[in-house]
Amino acid sequence: MAVDKFPIESAHVMMFARSIGDANEIYYDEDYAKSTDQGAIIAPPTFVQSSAQFDPDYALRPRIGKEWFGSAKGPTGITKKKEGGGGGGGNGGGLHAEQHYVYHRQLKVGDVLKAENKPGKSWEKEGRRGGKLMFNETVTEYRDQNGELVITATGVGVRTERPATSGDK
Amino acid sequence: MALKASEVKVGDTYQEVVCDNLSRTQIVQYAGASGDYNPLHSDEVFTTEIAGYPSVFAHGMLSMGMTGRMLTNYVGDGRLTYYGVRFTSQVFPGATLTARATVTEIREENGDTIADIDVSTTDSEGVEVIKGKASAKLDP
Repeated sequence: MAVDKFPIESAHVMMFARSIGDANEIYYDEDYAKSTDQGAIIAPPTFVQSSAQFDPDYALRPRIGKEWFGSAKGPTGITKKKEGGGGGGGNGGGLHAEQHYVYHRQLKVGDVLKAENKPGKSWEKEGRRGGKLMFNETVTEYRDQNGELVITATGVGVRTERPATSGDK
Repeated sequence: MALKASEVKVGDTYQEVVCDNLSRTQIVQYAGASGDYNPLHSDEVFTTEIAGYPSVFAHGMLSMGMTGRMLTNYVGDGRLTYYGVRFTSQVFPGATLTARATVTEIREENGDTIADIDVSTTDSEGVEVIKGKASAKLDP
């Protein structure tokens, strides 16, 4: 996702760590964090995914004054006939198939990132249950306030012809 | 505290239960923190009636995040140089997941000692939901 300014803030890191069930003090206690070799509150390994919060055009967040495809009075808020199987996992379409991060340095509270997308590969595969699978890769480079590369993220999204549920539930 | 090169060998494993009876509320918590409000993860009505899935299900990134917690608990904070996964099966509310790391190689790179690690997260029935790899710098 392309994001101009993604400030790494301590409350956001704390909420994110809680949501993944991580009680590590390094994600919320500044005094503790300062006493470690990291020297500051750091971000968990998958935190940059939450740059979505700072993407003004992110499709998987309800936007003011716009129809939202989730349920409201009816099972979907979209009145025009269009939406199929729901938005996307990693890349604004279908489900999230893969995610990779290369860490060039540790991300810390106080950093301000800029994210730029580079186009990745696309390919197709025959799926077992969901019909044809269409894969699409997006490479995102997260650079800090000095223009230094912090994290390179590669996401792979997959679209299916029909809902593909792998679990039996 | 980070893992020390002198204390690690190929074949070592480490595992943690990263969620026990995953709640819909935790999935909502992840949606709120990450900003991914896709109704497939929190809106049962939309997900069953419109999208055609049996239930809401966890963000793949929630499973990856929880699995990452196992990794950072094992290798230490700020040590990962790479972490990548494939989402191999959907995770539904009620899931109990165990994440496991297996050291596959220890090598030198630009003066650092790096451990390569296979990552696998399975549910209580043994179905793998995350399959991946990680690399981490080891302390001397």
